[in-house]
Amino acid sequence: MNVDKVLDAKGLACPMPIVKTKKAINELEAGQVLEIHTTDKGAKNDLSAWAKSGGHDLLKHEEENSVLKFWIKKG
Amino acid sequence: MTEKKKTTIVLFSGDYDKAMAAYIIANGAAAYDHEVTIFHTFWGLNALRKDEDVMVKKGFLEKMFAKMMPKGADKMGISKMNFAGIGPKLIKNVIKKHNALTLPQLIEMAQEQDVKLVACTMTMDLLGLQQEELLEQIEYAGVAAYLADAEDGNVNLFI
Repeated sequence: MNVDKVLDAKGLACPMPIVKTKKAINELEAGQVLEIHTTDKGAKNDLSAWAKSGGHDLLKHEEENSVLKFWIKKG
Repeated sequence: MTEKKKTTIVLFSGDYDKAMAAYIIANGAAAYDHEVTIFHTFWGLNALRKDEDVMVKKGFLEKMFAKMMPKGADKMGISKMNFAGIGPKLIKNVIKKHNALTLPQLIEMAQEQDVKLVACTMTMDLLGLQQEELLEQIEYAGVAAYLADAEDGNVNLFI
């Protein structure tokens, strides 16, 4: 996958992952992909709801050593 | 571009934990691209107080109020287990441990995200608070201005 920007939000608590994601996606063009790393357990529900509401695509997510990774394509 | 959605929050409480909840929702809503307004009334006004002493002319009652109310967000008590001020110290430790934001940080973040912070002028009069004692870059309004924001709002909370 072609990733245009990586956001490290590890260790940050609610609401920071979503606030940082919003800031990062603002800097991208439509169609570009943002990769997000977070350790916030609520992030999966938070980011999928946020992406849907903003018209972005949550392409994929996975968990690796308790780090949650997400790929969001800007809509 | 479609019209932005709106979130309006009435912050009535002067409790640290309740104000934290209000500001977390406000920051989240701002990240959701909502236009966010927090309308501070009664004890919620204390979240907007500066933490320093501000010299303003006041009557006796107003001076008493000023002394008894917390000077700013950091000085607010918590709604449960306050234990005469030990509770807030404990909760601030826990906040630090979990890398969450403190209330003053949440307020700063909200201002950064252009959340509109409004002070209710009628309750400012009741509590004897003056503009000089509150944070810069906030707005002053009454119930009509709040309703104007809330009536076409999508999320509306009273905390």
